[in-house]
Amino acid sequence: MTDPIAATSNYEVDLGNLMAYDPSHHVTAAASNRAELREACLQKATELAQAVADVLFALSPNEDRDGPIVRLPPPATRLPREKHLPKPKPPTKWEQFAKMKGITKHKKNKREWDEQTKSWKRTYGYDRVNDDRDIPIIEAKATDEPGVDPFAQRTEEKKKRVEKQEKNRLENLKRAAKVGALPSHIQLAAKALPITGIKADLPKKSRKEDLESVAGMASTATASGGKFDESYLVRNLQSILANIESFSLWLKEKELVAKRNSNMTKS
Amino acid sequence: MPCYPSLFAAHLRVDNVGTILEQVETNKKTLILHGTKTSAVLNSVLSDIYHLKRDNAVKYTKKNDNIRPFESGGETSLEFFSLKTDCSLIVYGSHSKKRPNNLVLGRTYDHHIYDLVEIGVENYKSMESFVYDKKLAPKLGSKPFFAFIGEHFESAEELKHLKEVLLDLFKGEVVENLNLAGVDRIYVCTAVSPTTVYMMHCALRLKRSGTSIPRMELVEVGPSMDLVVRRHRLPVESLRKEAMKTVEHAKKLKNVTKDPIHGRLGKVYMPDQEVGKLTLSNDVKGLKRERREAKKNKEHSKKQKVNSE
Repeated sequence: MTDPIAATSNYEVDLGNLMAYDPSHHVTAAASNRAELREACLQKATELAQAVADVLFALSPNEDRDGPIVRLPPPATRLPREKHLPKPKPPTKWEQFAKMKGITKHKKNKREWDEQTKSWKRTYGYDRVNDDRDIPIIEAKATDEPGVDPFAQRTEEKKKRVEKQEKNRLENLKRAAKVGALPSHIQLAAKALPITGIKADLPKKSRKEDLESVAGMASTATASGGKFDESYLVRNLQSILANIESFSLWLKEKELVAKRNSNMTKS
Repeated sequence: MPCYPSLFAAHLRVDNVGTILEQVETNKKTLILHGTKTSAVLNSVLSDIYHLKRDNAVKYTKKNDNIRPFESGGETSLEFFSLKTDCSLIVYGSHSKKRPNNLVLGRTYDHHIYDLVEIGVENYKSMESFVYDKKLAPKLGSKPFFAFIGEHFESAEELKHLKEVLLDLFKGEVVENLNLAGVDRIYVCTAVSPTTVYMMHCALRLKRSGTSIPRMELVEVGPSMDLVVRRHRLPVESLRKEAMKTVEHAKKLKNVTKDPIHGRLGKVYMPDQEVGKLTLSNDVKGLKRERREAKKNKEHSKKQKVNSE
């Protein structure tokens, strides 16, 4: 069934792009008739497709529930990128210090031997080794002041350590953001630019209808004064919601308009 | 099928403007728009291209009158749209007496115009005009095969460029793993002259053959058209160099082997010491010490002799 011509001509097959190219084909002028041209092209394309399939189906597949999955090689034709390469993130303050001192990372085990209970306990999480809450007695030192709770002191110290760590982490992120190498799931400012190309929730301007329903103004328009409206609960929160910036701005606008109207009527 | 990278991917970086940067780029989005005047043919072409690239294409419906891709100032709108929609492939259609049924295929790098190819569409047949068994219709988003026929793709500058752009436009998502059951389409591009490419889109039918490799059968599903290259602009060399940069792979460490017992091992290669050619050392201190000790030993032995006498 194989065409003898196909066996002789040399096609360039780029498997990563599922592409086959025949550089030696000359389209004869005799194929001036459109239908003939089409037929010739289809026939040639079939040969090329077969050439790609020969290589593609020869790869060893992993059987998946959807079908055989093969691992494609990287494409041979190099195409230009659409955006520049990401910049590597700058080393954090600890990483710089560790490099200078020659400190290397060591992997911690998930379980550690606890002498007290003579058992293997987790290094973190529920029922962990060296948990602060497990300490029954703290011996008093000469430097301790009377009236100071050492347990509370320990929790205070831990809180401070955690806060300091959080501050350092934010500093590291800010430094990375300055270079332009911020991890994509982090946005430093609460109202930062939404990441382009993502249907991220852009801060929507509150619609007048939404504000009205929140303020209960729409409900007061009904004959029963909104007593039987669904947004009964919302109406009761009016005073709290009046503190929302956008709503207060809108209120101010309304006041201005009302003032202007009253001024106009006066004059 | 969402085509946006996961927001929780910590390996992705965001630059100061907020664009997500990937080390290996997998999905290029396409922006399809048109100018002030379009023809029925052009409208059909644009909507067909949009259908072929449904999931990762954006189609603008309004006309845009200040886009002139080949003029120096006329690309700013395109670059702005590219930034707003995060699209790096642009298909701009326009129709005029001088350039009827004109399509400009453009690519951007960092939202600046990288290169452009202007083609005229002739002998167009839309997707609807093809009649075939609907069961064979290629699924949306499937990875296509490509068949390029003709020596002109190598010899003619414009066609070489067009081949690259067509590949970029229609190749779909770059994946490492491919489901063999999902191959069902092929784009056939034949260079009929140094400036014209006859493009067809066919569905693939895998027929049973004796071996594990199926026999390919092509069924034309459309669209089909002749693309006549009118103008093209190649990328600036410096921009091209930068855009073609790839991620550096970690250098292979030499002389490192892993032993299950001893861990990491490396061989120390000692150069030939050439002992015969070594010179004696002039370590005077050492000689002094030797002599001193030799003297002491001689004295000690002398003393012993005297005592014994």
